Amino acid sequence: MSRDRAIEPRSVQWGMAVVTGLVLLFLYVPLFVIMLYAFNPARSQAWPLPGLSTRWFTATWNNADVRTALLTSLKAGVGATTLALILGSLAAFAVHRFRFFGRETVSFVLILPLALPGIVTGMALNSTINLGGELIGLSFSLWTIIIGHATFCVVVVYNNVIARLRRTATSLVEASSDLGADGFQTFRYVILPNIATALMAGGLLAFALSFDEIIVTNFTSGSEITLPKWIFNNLRLPNQRPVVNVVASVLLLVSLIPVYIAQRLTQESGGLVSGRAAVVPAIEASAEQAAVP
Amino acid sequence: MAETLRRTGERLAAPPPSAVRRLRHAVGGFLYRVPAARLALLLGPILLWMVVIYLGSLGLLFITSFWRQDSVTGAIVQNWGLTNYRFLVQEEVYRTIAIRTVGIALAVTVTDIVLAIPIAYYAARIASSRVRTLLLLSIVLPLWSSYLVRVYAWRTILSGDGVLNWSLHQLHLGSVNLGFSRWSLWIVFSYLWLPYVALPVYAALERIPNSLIEASTDLGARWRTTFRRVILPIAFPGIVAGSIFAFSLTLGDYIAPNLVGDTEFIGNVIYQNVGIANNIPFAAAYAIVPALVMGAYLLIARQLKAFEAL
Repeated sequence: MSRDRAIEPRSVQWGMAVVTGLVLLFLYVPLFVIMLYAFNPARSQAWPLPGLSTRWFTATWNNADVRTALLTSLKAGVGATTLALILGSLAAFAVHRFRFFGRETVSFVLILPLALPGIVTGMALNSTINLGGELIGLSFSLWTIIIGHATFCVVVVYNNVIARLRRTATSLVEASSDLGADGFQTFRYVILPNIATALMAGGLLAFALSFDEIIVTNFTSGSEITLPKWIFNNLRLPNQRPVVNVVASVLLLVSLIPVYIAQRLTQESGGLVSGRAAVVPAIEASAEQAAVP
Repeated sequence: MAETLRRTGERLAAPPPSAVRRLRHAVGGFLYRVPAARLALLLGPILLWMVVIYLGSLGLLFITSFWRQDSVTGAIVQNWGLTNYRFLVQEEVYRTIAIRTVGIALAVTVTDIVLAIPIAYYAARIASSRVRTLLLLSIVLPLWSSYLVRVYAWRTILSGDGVLNWSLHQLHLGSVNLGFSRWSLWIVFSYLWLPYVALPVYAALERIPNSLIEASTDLGARWRTTFRRVILPIAFPGIVAGSIFAFSLTLGDYIAPNLVGDTEFIGNVIYQNVGIANNIPFAAAYAIVPALVMGAYLLIARQLKAFEAL
């Protein structure tokens, strides 16, 4: 709606604009502050900073614990993303192509791990791993981190792939069959190129989600240290603060880059909202379902 | 002439299919003829994963909450009983913590709704389409940026020698000792979950047809009346839906209370019982509390929407 057609009085328009500006400041000032702290030359966290320096970046890069934690986080992210890509796109194909009993609940169940309070999901997985330890010798490891992360990453891939499938014309698939391609060829040469960027966007977002998760990770990781876990364990130690500041800034940037790329890839405003925010349509859909009879 | 024909015929004869190709055709043909097999292949993995790993874990959480810890050996005794729940009800401290957690979660939810409405309204109905896209991206980005780092940033800002007190000092407002209290928790949680509330509210406001608002204006309503009597009621289900995240995420948090608060949340008690005391059954029982509260919240939310639809 253009400004001249808006029914709101000028005063309301200006009031809303001012509040919007203030809220944006509220959202972004903390992010800038913590980015600045990475360049703090002093060990103390006092503001204002005495100057700017990149000395702690070198120290962080040479910190063995940070490197190990980074490696663990990368492994967990890649593992969870791979699983989420496979499970999520298969589920999206199933829901897109078939009508079956319980079809409407699929997206709702997929979103539950993100919608329920983190402590519930974490505690549930924790008690399972504990019992699994007694029964079949399951132990807390990188694998339990990956399984936990994959559980809530699936929905991100699922949402991106199904949104793309819905916008892909079925005539393309029919044309491929008419021209004599078998199912595998149609998948390889028609469907896959069509959903490639959606898969990439979903994968990047899943990775970003896994890379900075801590609430559930604390309950599934045992003695494995991921990067967020390392920050959480070290941020109280005055000696480690400069390194924590650098790691925090890097983590912030690293989690933003995939989101930005994903946004460019999907070119749709809804693509990014596919994380927790997708709970809303899922709940609304199931509420409508329940209201019908 | 005959020679040419023979050669053409030779060219047309297909080579015998390879074993891999034959298998591919057999599998492909089977999947084509039996749609149920295709569906099973596509849906099976995720169904197995979610039911066995996730729903199974939730079920086990519930079962574990009825077991107890042996007070001498510290091992889990798989005897059914209400020991944990009795303990939860009798000990006042756990009741206080539960009430505090739910109370702060509600306060955060209301705050986020109040902050989200103007920004969502501006994006949906006032801003030009270019500004709207930028604004939406600006709301979404913090939602995806590292959660822990955002809490840590606030810890830095709120601490005694941090940005906040320095700024207040420069403005000659004296210092507030906000750092690490319930107030700071309230601010930080409102900060963390604001995007989750703003996006659904935006979606709800954006869907309102212009004609309704024009009709209201034509009938002589001032903007204030139109907002209260037309816009707000239509957007209400979206607002309730958005509030679900702010509430759920605050309810299940233990990191922020640990870093910027001075009080314990349900999550902190659970975390300590898993990490230090290793009393898994008690932690499981306490985890049922936020699960139930969240269930009740979802039911109320659904009820409100059903009420709206009548």
